[in-house]
Amino acid sequence: MDGTPGATAAETVLRVKDLKKHFPVHRGVLSRVVGHVFAVDGVSFEIHRGETLCLVGESGCGKSTVAKTVMRLQEPTAGTVELNGNDITKLGQEELRAHRREMQIVFQDPYSSLNPRMSAGAIVGEPLTNYGLAHGADLQARIAKLFERVGLRADAMAKYPHEFSGGQRQRLGIARALAVNPRLIVADEPVSALDVSVQAQVLNLLIDLQEEFRLAYLFVSHDLAVVEHIGHRIAVMYLGRIVELADNADLFGEPLHPYTEALLAAAPLPEPGAKRERLILQGDVPSPMKPPPGCHFHTRCPYAEARCKVETPKLEEVKPAHWVACHLRPRGGPFGPLKARAA
Amino acid sequence: MTALATATAAPAAAPASSDTILSVRDLRTQFFTRDGVVRAVDGVSFDLKRGETLCIVGESGCGKSVTALSILRLIPRGAGRIVGGSIKFEGTELTTLPEDQMRKIRGNRISMIFQEPMTSLNPVLTVGAQIAESLHIHQGLDRRAAWDRAVEMLSIVRIADPKRRAGEYPHQLSGGMRQRVMIAIALACNPKVLIADEPTTALDVTIQAQILNLMLELKERLGTAIVLITHDLGVVAETAQRVIVMYAGRKAEEASVEELFRNPIHPYTRGLMGSIPRRTATGRRSNIRGRLQEISGIVPSLREEIPGCAFAPRCSYAVDRCRTEQPPLDPHGPYHLAACWEAARVAATPR
Repeated sequence: MDGTPGATAAETVLRVKDLKKHFPVHRGVLSRVVGHVFAVDGVSFEIHRGETLCLVGESGCGKSTVAKTVMRLQEPTAGTVELNGNDITKLGQEELRAHRREMQIVFQDPYSSLNPRMSAGAIVGEPLTNYGLAHGADLQARIAKLFERVGLRADAMAKYPHEFSGGQRQRLGIARALAVNPRLIVADEPVSALDVSVQAQVLNLLIDLQEEFRLAYLFVSHDLAVVEHIGHRIAVMYLGRIVELADNADLFGEPLHPYTEALLAAAPLPEPGAKRERLILQGDVPSPMKPPPGCHFHTRCPYAEARCKVETPKLEEVKPAHWVACHLRPRGGPFGPLKARAA
Repeated sequence: MTALATATAAPAAAPASSDTILSVRDLRTQFFTRDGVVRAVDGVSFDLKRGETLCIVGESGCGKSVTALSILRLIPRGAGRIVGGSIKFEGTELTTLPEDQMRKIRGNRISMIFQEPMTSLNPVLTVGAQIAESLHIHQGLDRRAAWDRAVEMLSIVRIADPKRRAGEYPHQLSGGMRQRVMIAIALACNPKVLIADEPTTALDVTIQAQILNLMLELKERLGTAIVLITHDLGVVAETAQRVIVMYAGRKAEEASVEELFRNPIHPYTRGLMGSIPRRTATGRRSNIRGRLQEISGIVPSLREEIPGCAFAPRCSYAVDRCRTEQPPLDPHGPYHLAACWEAARVAATPR
């Protein structure tokens, strides 16, 4: 294995290596570049067929930028994105088009991501028309089938987006993504704008579709409960970097990074009286324009040592398939709770 | 249309006692749109006791925020109004109170925190001035004293370097800090009741934990009663003493927090609890990538009159009666109300 986190022999759909995305910040009349927002600062992972990798983190951690850069909706500053073994970061628009069929995106906001002037049927059928995959009666039949597959009535094809509820619009977005039989679906906070009862419908649909078509999902979310429900593997991001990446059960059962630990402790549980040891982080996330040196988390980390302030920890596999970027978790070291060390 | 303040003995969990600071009876708030009347709050009754935390939970459009705005009489005039029912605060009827009297209560005895701190703060005033303003108006403090107290409030809500921060504008603060400022403004006059409408929904989870902790700690210290409006059952479980579940402008269920989570009766409450992906304190999921329980269908339009139970079209227990007759809030145990005709059958069904 080449040391990419999550590398296994399974069929790899997406391999992201050292991905960086820095946004220049312009100021003044000459609009000179005065700095950069280090939105994504060296991120690597793989996703296999039929697998869901979740990117989780708080606002500004770069999770959505990873999703957009993988789709090349934004151009990466550095790094490679391999889709089915082909690096797509250097491709021109025309060459990229062929590969785009293999990956589709579902957006967070079902209101702004559907063209209000197009009928629902035309929205779902557009990818098919774009790629010249179907027309006429065949096209209509395929659209009808997609509608039914995502739980919409086929006779709703003539309606316009505003006639659908939030959950139904998200189903339209999913149907549109499915239209060209992609292998990878990038879902950027797909259920965050929905009420919980509707959120359940959409999550169930995503899981069913994955099993049916062996889809790979890159699932971006800030909601730990959703991530725990849908993710096979979870990558936790903080200020543009992955700080921990592990299988679902390992990450939630034995979080090894102090930030993951704090994140899990902060999320309220629907269990009255659940007594938990609570590590409440103080302060705010630092600005991604001026990330702290060394470990980005050291300013809020209760266990930080002198070394954390100067030396950037590498993402290392400290247990099989469990990757952590923390100086306090040396390879092969003891894995007791960090609290004991800090005491 | 019901006349104002002619509250009939609407069912409430407990009779209004001296312990009760806020008493809402059969509240009806409607909005008048081109497409018809929207019955946003459709006969809601509840009591708030001194110093307690009451959560109102429900999904978008269930009327939870409009209930809060009605209590403070903040329903935009022209768009909608309270058309019936009574709201009594320490014995004073608020629905008919003249506006100048209401202004003395709002922000002083009853205050409110909103979801989005950026839009609720004035962008052209320093945060210190915004806290001092209410102290100056309500408590009659002079400018100097009001400013000093504003700085003190900032340190109470644990903003580091409060002297400097008091002179800053909202855009210079982070989302979490802005919400702390909102709390400082809301608590500056030692209100008896704090209404918090989704106060942490716009915040990240680590910041949410800070803000919820702060609110509960200040509540203990100042004895303020809190009405916390949220859609998040996790927040409910961690903060509430009592819970009201709302659906389509009506109260579906009311119980103590332990009772509600242990023994939910209304099919909507049960559906809500089954539909959230659950994390548990033990770190083990109850439902590993299994199917989440769905509530099929969508919420009803509030533009049409709903003759029976508002949840009937989505309810798997619904019988004919549910579609024609509105169920009353019946007691189920010492402190537990649920509005469901088929409660006995639901309760007998394991979740």
